[in-house]
Amino acid sequence: MAEPGTLTDPGRSAVASGPVWPSGADRRPPGLAAYRALLGAQARSQAAYRASFVVDLVGNVGATVFDVVTVLVLFGVTRELGGFTLRETLVIVGLSSFAFATADLLVGNIERLPRYVRTGLFDAVLVRPLAALPQLLLMDLPLRKVSRAVFGLAVLVVALASAGIQWTPGRVALAVVAPLAAVVFFGSVFVTTATVSFYWIDSGELANSVTYGGRDFTSYPVTVYGSWFRALFAYGMGFAFVSYHPALALLGRADPLGLPGWVGWAAPGVAVVAAAIATLAWRVGIRHYRSTGS
Amino acid sequence: MSVIEMRGLRKEFTVRIKAGRLRREKRTVTAVDGVDLRVERGEMLGYIGPNGAGKSTTLKMLTGVLMPSAGEARVCGLRPVAERTRLALRIGVVFGQRSQLWWDLPLRDSFELLRHVYHVPAGEHAARLARCRSLLDLDEFLDTPVRQLSLGQRMRGELTAALLHGPEVLFLDEPTIGLDVVSKQAVRGFLAELGRAGDTTLVLTTHDLADIERLCRRLVVIDHGRVVHDGSIAALHSRYGSRRMVVAELDTALPEPPALPGAPLQRVEADGHRLVFVLESATVAEVVAGLAGLAALRDIAIVEPDIEEVVARLYRAPAEVGEQVWVTE
Repeated sequence: MAEPGTLTDPGRSAVASGPVWPSGADRRPPGLAAYRALLGAQARSQAAYRASFVVDLVGNVGATVFDVVTVLVLFGVTRELGGFTLRETLVIVGLSSFAFATADLLVGNIERLPRYVRTGLFDAVLVRPLAALPQLLLMDLPLRKVSRAVFGLAVLVVALASAGIQWTPGRVALAVVAPLAAVVFFGSVFVTTATVSFYWIDSGELANSVTYGGRDFTSYPVTVYGSWFRALFAYGMGFAFVSYHPALALLGRADPLGLPGWVGWAAPGVAVVAAAIATLAWRVGIRHYRSTGS
Repeated sequence: MSVIEMRGLRKEFTVRIKAGRLRREKRTVTAVDGVDLRVERGEMLGYIGPNGAGKSTTLKMLTGVLMPSAGEARVCGLRPVAERTRLALRIGVVFGQRSQLWWDLPLRDSFELLRHVYHVPAGEHAARLARCRSLLDLDEFLDTPVRQLSLGQRMRGELTAALLHGPEVLFLDEPTIGLDVVSKQAVRGFLAELGRAGDTTLVLTTHDLADIERLCRRLVVIDHGRVVHDGSIAALHSRYGSRRMVVAELDTALPEPPALPGAPLQRVEADGHRLVFVLESATVAEVVAGLAGLAALRDIAIVEPDIEEVVARLYRAPAEVGEQVWVTE
């Protein structure tokens, strides 16, 4: 190895590659370790503001608590909601808030894509030897939102435990898979709606109406909604598979709207389709960005 | 094989402008209009032009950020957009107004992170970092969070960050913009050192022509998306008629302006005590000899042609030089 601090050996660069070192052409591409390093950097960056981090951590639970409180208040004035009892509805709420909070933690900041483009972070990410989307997600991961996801998980566990579910091996599996599928689904919604800003920079409000609207929609049994609205959000966009249908299958209830029982198990399939759509939308969007440079 | 090849490289943007309350008109703007260039290994290329000439757009197409509308680009034999991640391992990019560093972390941490991002073996990384540390005097602020660094310090960090993976080509977009004189000199000195070794190719856009004079033997001037000059700085001067000048300080003013063959008098200053001659065909020695016979000389200065002036003329009159000209040494 060259002596640190010396300038050039004859014919050798002071700092760049040369015959002694393999060049980038021969180097193996970076793998998972690179992404892990980005995650670590983000954690340390946020720890640099420790006091505000703790405040944010606590403050962030607020929004999620509010979702649950809303449902409790509703049941203060009614005994059933769309044909569902409080305990049953809480399973739906638990699935929805855990999935939304977790997806928001992992993927939600992609809604800041216009800012990444404006500040040049997007270009900076494109000149590195890693995929663009995971870099953006990891470099701006809002760790303070961890508290929401944990709270959502607590609601889900309590709801599942108190709903009087007759546990079978199948339902245990569903209780694990359905929330994860719902996370993937919400994550896909975040990415898909964010890609609209590749074409239309001020699309944030529209994106929010779908993502946050989706969260509110999935907090209640779909039976409470009017038919065209339900058809669009629940089945056109697939939000019924986040919490409503899995909850029916877990609770062993037939669908009041008459869909067959296996629909409750379709959540993973729907999540895969959503993820495929999101991937496609991202790829097309990034190609558009590169052809317009906007 | 050339390290960088561009053939008919072209980039058009569609912009929508408001035309009436709801109607929007589409207009096509050509940012880069058919650029053909080859850059060989170890060259240091200055790429200059007025704002909006297409400099940054060209760099973005070469680094895989933007897709060309037409034409082709190859960097290290790779297609920049299609083979982006493979190319990224072999090039370094410094954007003067953007950062590759982690804002809230000590500078040292950014370097360590980039080791993972580029998958550089630890020994190789440490050796390159050690050299950058000594050449760029990084030690005093290595443990300072990037957000607290001065612009000059940060730019030295950016340069190091772009080099730690040993790139074959280094792209620099306005690397000295906003820097103070001392920092500019540090950056230029470092880049000159890097170029001297000869195995890193440098492509540099700048508004500061001193960067070019210090660093680049080859100068490409782009205007309205087209190359209007490609050659040495000397070739630019000879093509556009800029000449060296001799400034003579006299003890006593001459009664009438002297006529020296091959060196017309350009102007008289300081009540006839200072004469400025343009060197057309005469040499400095001939001018001095001619003057010495007429008056007592106090001082002689030789003024190199001002590249800024030449380039400003080029920018102002794109029509005169609109066709692509190829000037070699």
